Amino acid sequence: MPKVLLDKKDIERAITRMSHEIIEKNKGVTSLFLIGIQRGGVHIANRLAARLRDIEGSSIPVGTLDIALYRDDINVRKEQPVVRRTQVPGEISGQKVVLVDDVLFTGRSIRAAMDAVMDLGRPSAIQLAVLVDRGHRELPVKADFVGKNIPTSRDETVTVQLAEDGSEDRVVLEWA
Amino acid sequence: MTILIKNAELTDPSQKMDGLCSILIEDGKIKEITSERSAGKGQKTREKQPQELTVIDAEGRPVIPGLVDMHVHLREPGFEYKETIRTGTEAAVRGGITTVCCMPNTRPVIDNASITSFILSKAAQEGSCSVYPIGAITKGQKGEELAELSILHEAGCIAFSDDGRPVMDSLLMRRALEYSKILEVPLISHCEDLALAAGGVMNEGLTSVMLGLRGIPPQAEEIIVARDIALAELTGARLHIAHVSTAGSVGIIRAAKKRGITDITAETCPHYFHITEEAARDYNTFAKVNPPLRTRKDIEAIREGLQDGTIDVIATDHAPHHLDEKSGDFDSAPSGISGLETSLGLSMKLVDDGVLDMAGLVGKMALTPARILGLFSKNKKGSLKPGFDADLVILDTASEYTVDPALFRSKGVNTPFEGWKLRARAAITLSNGRIHTWT
Amino acid sequence: MGLSSKDLTGLKDLSPEDIGLILETAAGFKDVLGRDIKKVPALRGKTTVTLFYEPSTRTRTSFELAAKRLSTDVINISVSTSSVVKGETLIDTARNVEALGADFIIVRHSSSGIAQFLAKKLKASVINAGDGTNEHPTQALLDLFTIQEKKGRLNGLKVAIVGDILHSRVAKSNIYGLTRLGAEVRLIGPPTLVPGCLKDLGVRIFYDMDKGLQGADIVMMLRIQTERQGKGFFPSAEEYFRNWGLTTARLAAADPDALVMHPGPMNRGVEIASDVADGGRSVILEQVTNGLAVRMAVLYLLSGTKQ
Repeated sequence: MPKVLLDKKDIERAITRMSHEIIEKNKGVTSLFLIGIQRGGVHIANRLAARLRDIEGSSIPVGTLDIALYRDDINVRKEQPVVRRTQVPGEISGQKVVLVDDVLFTGRSIRAAMDAVMDLGRPSAIQLAVLVDRGHRELPVKADFVGKNIPTSRDETVTVQLAEDGSEDRVVLEWA
Repeated sequence: MTILIKNAELTDPSQKMDGLCSILIEDGKIKEITSERSAGKGQKTREKQPQELTVIDAEGRPVIPGLVDMHVHLREPGFEYKETIRTGTEAAVRGGITTVCCMPNTRPVIDNASITSFILSKAAQEGSCSVYPIGAITKGQKGEELAELSILHEAGCIAFSDDGRPVMDSLLMRRALEYSKILEVPLISHCEDLALAAGGVMNEGLTSVMLGLRGIPPQAEEIIVARDIALAELTGARLHIAHVSTAGSVGIIRAAKKRGITDITAETCPHYFHITEEAARDYNTFAKVNPPLRTRKDIEAIREGLQDGTIDVIATDHAPHHLDEKSGDFDSAPSGISGLETSLGLSMKLVDDGVLDMAGLVGKMALTPARILGLFSKNKKGSLKPGFDADLVILDTASEYTVDPALFRSKGVNTPFEGWKLRARAAITLSNGRIHTWT
Repeated sequence: MGLSSKDLTGLKDLSPEDIGLILETAAGFKDVLGRDIKKVPALRGKTTVTLFYEPSTRTRTSFELAAKRLSTDVINISVSTSSVVKGETLIDTARNVEALGADFIIVRHSSSGIAQFLAKKLKASVINAGDGTNEHPTQALLDLFTIQEKKGRLNGLKVAIVGDILHSRVAKSNIYGLTRLGAEVRLIGPPTLVPGCLKDLGVRIFYDMDKGLQGADIVMMLRIQTERQGKGFFPSAEEYFRNWGLTTARLAAADPDALVMHPGPMNRGVEIASDVADGGRSVILEQVTNGLAVRMAVLYLLSGTKQ
């Protein structure tokens, strides 16, 4: 039986809190650009953007970023990563990019995502927002905004399930 | 040397035998055949010459006259890297073939007496069986000028053909047919309209289009079959049509025979009654042959033609090539199948399939080709009657085996039949009284 | 995910799933091509060799650029500079190239079946860039991608392919791909160049271009090789253009939103009139751009095939 770490309400609260933190840190939402990392980060980015609009009354651009081509494990993975769309509406140079992902683990995806973003333009800053930080970093990466810190062991799996993918909103922990 | 073959289940369409026989062979000739029931005679013989007698117990296995293959490319002289007279005849006897008629597309071409003599003397020294050269119809097989047919005939050529190439010039073909009448030998025609074939490399149809390979329509063969039959009718000469591959050709030949043109004969080869153009699907160069492999419908027509006598002969068109030549792209690979060592097993399937009976099969592979080429009357080939050459095959039909080109005696391993399961092969072959066995 | 073979030799035996995966992946690469920095590090350290036995500028350039944008090293071998002139056999040349560490060998040859032949003999991924009159799979894939992108679907579309079907490897690959994805394929051209037996693949054949173009969603023109006219396939370029050249007037028979495609290089005034080639319905230049995305997708996906 998987263990539910966060339920629908918990996720909603985390999104709201992170939105407030983003506004606070950036003193508003001007020049902000949210980019969701394919696939898990895309829906979280959309939810954050919606909440930010509710709070601040102005909408901010949201894009999607595919990092398959920038991964450092492209030749060692058993399954080749699927190439998905990268759609970043507008110019990101000079903007403050908030990279959004669902789970922060080794930090390698974030490294790849930063390289991918750099190939798209030169942002004035890159920040990182994640719904869950489960530890076990292998690179010097730290999130600026964290929904929930959850200590895990390496052989566990943390899965974020969202209504956008047709399931109930929740974060579950599974054992391998 | 005297050989006695006991307990032979003999099939020889030239004579009627009942039950098991004994075959007595003396100095390379058949001396006598006796039924095992009238056991007395054989017994007497054995008593007469006990020291020199070699006794082979056939143990009731089928025994047939040695096969006469009227369409073989021995490649020597000129292409010894593909095959030699030595390896080709070793392959022949392994395949139950004791008479090999070799085609003239050597280098130089068999269009003069000295090449003919060379082949005959080489065969006498190194050959495992009888070899009879077929001379070229035209000088250099160029289709331009008639070769010296009577000089070639005198030197030992038993028929004429430009095989590998047709004689495209109809007037020249007419002259060749007319002229060949003085020699009473057949002209063997490779029927292919070169213009219509247009450099094709396989049968024309959906398969060739899908493979992106140039196709040869069946009509490229049929047009020349019809032309040559018309010319045979015009000249009254003897015409033998080589390697019939299409249903249309079978129909044309059948109609001609029915019309009473009796001096035409025709042959086909095992690949034309077993496999189709599909064998070339993966650009398998071993399935590249000229005429090309056709369709299921053609296979059926050829089997019918064999059954009703439209097709008189099964030959191999043994065309060995070096593996390097066949190991490239389909377009540049040479045409041909190495057939000497699979022909008997593949043809015996016709008996299993009820197309021919045993006597019918032996007729098409030994007696009839020997008759067509005059080898029956003049050279005592194709039959086991007393006085004939001691060419015979004791068959092993008891166990199934798998075709493995690595075991071929031929230098040519180019067979599309690798891995086929066959039932019949030679257990012992006698050629001119010489015993060949294999382990 | 990944393709089911280490090679791309043709569309003849490619499953709809594999075709779908290539088209989807190509969409991701088209995003990359729209940026200022058009290069990604995905295949860093890999080596691509283009082995061209037939002259070609466009296809080779497209493959070379695709390979470079994936960060592979690229070496171009063409018949005039290689040891082929010294009589080295194709397989020896290919094995040498492989021994140098090539991961991808992109081959073009005048003989049908060459790509399949090399694929069987080599461990490297072999990509067919055109073999004889057999197949040209990446051209067909970029055509499929372009149609899909413009029309949103392939299933049920009426696609007319016009010209020398018999000798066209582009047409063959397109026929396999389009029929597999549910398009209605019509072949138009002179009977000497449109083999009737192709009907067995479920396509319709028209010798009358006006009839064949009725309601077509896509008009795909093929290059006519003018050297065919001496061989009796058609009497003259003029007569060919009269019967099977695409003009504005002819195009009126097709659907009002029909797209005009051509694999290039075009013979203006032989198979296509200039005003059509340069007109609003022509997507000929987009095909070239999409070719890059599709070839990147093929290279990327083949690198992930498990062996």
